[in-house]
Amino acid sequence: MSPAWETVIGLETHVQLRTRSKMFCGCSTAFGAPPNTQVCPVCLGLPGALPVANGAAIGLAVRAALAFGCTVHPRSIFARKNYFYPDLPKGYQISQFDQPLATSGTLSFLSPERGIVNATIVRLHIEEDAGKSIHDRFAKATAVDLNRSGVPLIEIVGGPDLRSPAEARAYLLTLKQLLEYIGISDCDMEKGSLRVDANVSVRRAGDTTLGTRTEVKNINSFAFVEKALSVERDRQIALVESGGSVTQQTMLYDSRENSVRPQRSKEESHDYRYFPEPDLPPLVLTPEFVAEQQSALPELPPAKRERFMAQYALSREHAAVLTASRDVADYYESVVRAPAEPQPAANWVMTEALADAKDHQEQLRVSPTALAQIIALVKGGTLSHQAAKRVFGEVAAKGGDPRTVAEALGLVQVADSNVVSGWVTDVLGAHPTEVARYKKGEVKLMPFFLGQVMRASKGKADPKLAQRVLEEKLAS
Amino acid sequence: MSDAKAVADRLVKVKRLNALLTPVKDLRKSLVAQEAAARPTGVLYGMPVAVKDNICTLEFSTSCGSRILEGYRSPYDATAIAKLKAAGALIAGKTNCDEFAMGSSTEHSAYGRVIHPLDKARVPGGSSGGSAALVGAGAVPAALGSETGGSVRQPASFCGVVGIKPTYGRVSRYGLVAFGSSLDQIGVFGRSVHDAARVLSVISGRDARDATCEDRDPLRLPTVPESLQGFVIGLPREYFPPELDPAVRRACERAVRLMKEQGAAVREVSLPHTPYAVPTYYVIAPAEASSNLARYDGVRYGPRFNGSADLRALYRSTRGQGFGPEVRRRILVGTYVLSSGYYDAYYRRAQQMRALIAQDFRNVFDRGVDLLFTPTTPTPAFRAGEKLDDPIAMYLSDIFTVTANLAGLPAISIPIGRVKGLPIGGQLIGQAFLEDEMIEAAYALERSVPATDEA
Repeated sequence: MSPAWETVIGLETHVQLRTRSKMFCGCSTAFGAPPNTQVCPVCLGLPGALPVANGAAIGLAVRAALAFGCTVHPRSIFARKNYFYPDLPKGYQISQFDQPLATSGTLSFLSPERGIVNATIVRLHIEEDAGKSIHDRFAKATAVDLNRSGVPLIEIVGGPDLRSPAEARAYLLTLKQLLEYIGISDCDMEKGSLRVDANVSVRRAGDTTLGTRTEVKNINSFAFVEKALSVERDRQIALVESGGSVTQQTMLYDSRENSVRPQRSKEESHDYRYFPEPDLPPLVLTPEFVAEQQSALPELPPAKRERFMAQYALSREHAAVLTASRDVADYYESVVRAPAEPQPAANWVMTEALADAKDHQEQLRVSPTALAQIIALVKGGTLSHQAAKRVFGEVAAKGGDPRTVAEALGLVQVADSNVVSGWVTDVLGAHPTEVARYKKGEVKLMPFFLGQVMRASKGKADPKLAQRVLEEKLAS
Repeated sequence: MSDAKAVADRLVKVKRLNALLTPVKDLRKSLVAQEAAARPTGVLYGMPVAVKDNICTLEFSTSCGSRILEGYRSPYDATAIAKLKAAGALIAGKTNCDEFAMGSSTEHSAYGRVIHPLDKARVPGGSSGGSAALVGAGAVPAALGSETGGSVRQPASFCGVVGIKPTYGRVSRYGLVAFGSSLDQIGVFGRSVHDAARVLSVISGRDARDATCEDRDPLRLPTVPESLQGFVIGLPREYFPPELDPAVRRACERAVRLMKEQGAAVREVSLPHTPYAVPTYYVIAPAEASSNLARYDGVRYGPRFNGSADLRALYRSTRGQGFGPEVRRRILVGTYVLSSGYYDAYYRRAQQMRALIAQDFRNVFDRGVDLLFTPTTPTPAFRAGEKLDDPIAMYLSDIFTVTANLAGLPAISIPIGRVKGLPIGGQLIGQAFLEDEMIEAAYALERSVPATDEA
């Protein structure tokens, strides 16, 4: 991208709330059920049926708003968004419009280009999902599955504060981590529980007014966020550079072609005719209810990061890695409490534990107590670092007590100086040339001797003891 | 009270009214089954109650008087129906009505007009005309209707029966097919105040399925009062305009005199925003209707009509052919007033006016008035066809009833006399959730007024 251009992006994120039942009826929200089996008169939009708001969903939405530091409004209004589509059974979606649940929050995230950025959360409101139209299942017919109809969502509208596709990705990742952290959603894009639309515009560097924006839709996976936004940014820049101008429209991203195309105007010329939902009274939140949600929030990542730095004397980078997910942070603290020294514990969690988790569906397979024991075995000289890694792998795969496992694998270090002396004597006897060179002053050969001793001992020799014995014998 | 076969026979006798949409064969069969299943301990045990076709019942189809729901069977009972059944009542078929309850004459039904029980050339009023006609003809002691702007009280007045519209939130709307959700309430027709009131008492009360239904116990039936001593009855001058039908005025004056004779204090009051009620109503109700009726698209239920080749064609043909002209007119009006650019000028202003109309009532009630008395309608039943080509004239027949819907207040119409054999109704409007006071006064008026005498 030419440095003469600045990209401006704002994301609208829809997140499915983690509730057992739907927003306005008692139907299950479980994913993957056969089509149209989790439905009732309310979410089918049958004549005479009425919505009743799900209190659990409202609680989760309030928690999300509080996590962004939003102003949560004591009174908000449900509104009908009217449009016709076969997967919208009532002909309107119950949402919120001019009086949303919450406004004016912030999401701090680490931009790959600008460091910490405080992006604005303009508003956060509650709405219900539509059903699903399936166009490729039957020839010449569209099928409709209404299991999703009425599933509770929040829409989080971010301000035009993002300056590149990579930054948009970082924002979205942080947003996802935060919502997972507070447990209000599983944020699984593949299951549709997190969806994102992007408003994109470009302007000449230094301009302060916003260019005409387009809305990019159909970004179905995390992997496509950056690609889709880059394609649209490049299209707009090319358009403007060739003397054209951007038209305000909706662009659909095609991940197979890695391209965008305008949505047909027929599909988008909506006047949604919002008006207050007469079937639902205003959503009134008592201060007690909001306080209850506040107290249900866990320590949020920024606060936790600061605490880790202070309490465990960790670097900012280490603290950031360890607090990126709530599971990892809790795990780390359990290891430290087991107890283990904070820094070695951090090293082990960030390397071995996270690597193992990555290969095993994010499962932290070694219990905090076992990891603390492994760390203690290394510290006490019972295990070499290499041996300890093997023990970790074994415990992860098969379980068991680390010391027992180490012994069974024959990995316990030999700290008996007589035994070590024997190995040293053997090694020195086998390498007379190197011994002579060392004695003439080539002390750099020490690691060679040490390696040979470790090999002779099959890794069991306590390296510190071996070095001391080697130094003694070579000095004589 | 009456066995199932006798109920069916009485309904067959008034077939000429076209008030009942349920085929008599189906009805007979169902009534026998219902009677066998009914709880003998229920307070309405054996009482047949006819039900307007826009209230969902498991038993019969629920077509809302519309082609677009022809043959539609609800998979559930409305809450009011479930409560009636639990009280041992028999659901005595579905009654004809203006399509989706939009009309004041029951001429706007896809299944033909309903005939006035006393004069075949006249309309029974609407939109709950079928229910009113069946009670008026003596075929059933009570029936359910629904109100959005007077659709129970106006036909009750025309047919010479009692009609109650409860406070908004008194009766669950769950299973009442929505027209104007912020105005809709299920109402009751009865031969007498007592019949209507005891059915109302059964169907009233909290319902977890309707967020707009108040968390209150069912209405407790008042006893018939000794007198009206202590009641202050207001006569709003806007409801007695100079052009009021003279016979209606005479009947009202007689009713007022009879209430005074029983000890009521009567005073003239003013509800100054009354002239804006009908226009306000005809913005809000169609706006809500345009959204409520969006679900009838031919996708999930109801008939599909020819020319459904693609999605737009499916919508166009289903909605174009499935809805009648009055429903289409209101959907268009409602869509217009909610459109961006017009919302503030129409819908928002109408809501503001609605608040002023409700405030008018509060002002009067705050000054010691207990109840208001007015004519229910400006005229007795009009002739079929008389107002079909003039929607405004038709809309004005609700001029004295829409205000209670806009303000959410309870109101009752009771017969107070006749003109040339046609019934005249008088209306009492009560304070929110004080139906018991309103019913007490209605008992006293009913007891004293010569309802079938010429005024």
